[in-house]
Amino acid sequence: MAIRERLSGNEAVAFAMRQIDPDVVAAFPITPSTEVPQYFSQFVANGQVHTEFVAVESEHSAMSACIGAEAAGARTMTATSSQGLALMWEMLYIAASMRLPIVMTAVNRALSAPINIHNDHSDAMGARDSGWIQIYNETNQEAYDSLIMAIRVAEHADVQLPVMVCYDGFITSHSVENIMLLEDELVKNFVGEYKPKYSLLDKEHPVSMGMFDLPAFYFEHKRQQAEAIKNAKQVLIDVQNEFAKISGRQYGLFEEYKLDDADIAIVIANSTAGTAKDTVDMLREQGIKAGLLKIRLFRPFPADEIAKALSHVKAVAVMDKAEGFSAAGGPIFVDVRSAMYGKADGVKVINYIYGLGGRDVGVYDIKQVYDHLQKIADSGQVDNLYNYLGIRE
Amino acid sequence: MNEVKKIEEINEDISWRDITPGGVAPWAGGAETFTTGDWRTMRPVLIEDKCTGCLLCWPTCPDTSIIPTDDGKIKYDYDHCKGCGVCVEVCPFDAIDFVEDIS
Repeated sequence: MAIRERLSGNEAVAFAMRQIDPDVVAAFPITPSTEVPQYFSQFVANGQVHTEFVAVESEHSAMSACIGAEAAGARTMTATSSQGLALMWEMLYIAASMRLPIVMTAVNRALSAPINIHNDHSDAMGARDSGWIQIYNETNQEAYDSLIMAIRVAEHADVQLPVMVCYDGFITSHSVENIMLLEDELVKNFVGEYKPKYSLLDKEHPVSMGMFDLPAFYFEHKRQQAEAIKNAKQVLIDVQNEFAKISGRQYGLFEEYKLDDADIAIVIANSTAGTAKDTVDMLREQGIKAGLLKIRLFRPFPADEIAKALSHVKAVAVMDKAEGFSAAGGPIFVDVRSAMYGKADGVKVINYIYGLGGRDVGVYDIKQVYDHLQKIADSGQVDNLYNYLGIRE
Repeated sequence: MNEVKKIEEINEDISWRDITPGGVAPWAGGAETFTTGDWRTMRPVLIEDKCTGCLLCWPTCPDTSIIPTDDGKIKYDYDHCKGCGVCVEVCPFDAIDFVEDIS
């Protein structure tokens, strides 16, 4: 029997970590992810887990400790946000490139400067090329479920890559929602025992890791790493199908909300997808065929599937909660539009940057985007490709 | 994908499919087959008559290329000695000559 509870996003994720019972957690506190290691350290102090909790002096050290622990053969987890993720940068690439399946909760928060503790996606979006698998989550339930599934995806023999489970700071991390939890035993069996193929503590099979790699070999390692993250898509599909059997909750690579027959649609990640679904419902009541595609798996990017899902609409707005500063659209926009090129050519695609630094975005803000899309769908003309939602002009 | 079993299998013909993940070397003592002595420009040479066998040089070698011998002295592993000269500096008896390596 599932357990009905009400938990904040951070509580739910810490609860999942208790059920996963990793060998090592190394973390440094930073708003709004602080509660994850805080709650988890209480489980450690209470003897509810077998985990070695490493209180480090910085996020660079946190990720370094995670890399060392994972290389030694320990199932390892951590959590961070914003500047903390930024300070991990160097080590993020090393974790991925050494093919160490660390699982991290990234509670999304704006990057300095100016200093801001509220939500946007500039932290995780900046790490999108680090080789980590990224899964974005709308609700506490989704974050809890994804964290449990992430262990299986990361450690899969065809993948062996770290996973970042992302959700919105404060909006998701600190809001208490109803949630259905799995029994401890069910989670324990689902994640199974971690049996790494190579580990530094396996004295019967001594290995060296983190080797110097000259031009004759580095390229082959990168090509192999690219194949591993490509494999992650099918592995996630399989793990999600298996998870559905124990939880009754079926996830996809992305979520389609009233998209089947939609004329206009938005593409959006994390908690604002929930707000936008309300806007879709409101517009549907008015007879407007609005739909939504919610990003879940962002790295690897399910390009073909997203292009196909959007191929029938007249106009799409891709919503980015990170500027990107390319002067050619935000990060999700660039990937979605590139995916659609040659596969969904008739569709008009525009970009909206929204909610930076925690700027509130409500149902009627999202309605402005759909109004804009309706105008484009009716006229067949794109007036502005790059737009800012709710900025003071 | 073929599983790499020996260090010799990782050579410039290996495919990306077969190379080990993250560059892990799944064996011990691989340095033995990977000679690095040809990086050397200076060569330490033992002057047998002056060597007292104190072995002060031995722990200072960064490449474990000083090998104690049965007669209580030392010999060099020139396949791995990179000619850094630390042993020459630490020898209290000036028993190690340091010469240009033209071989």
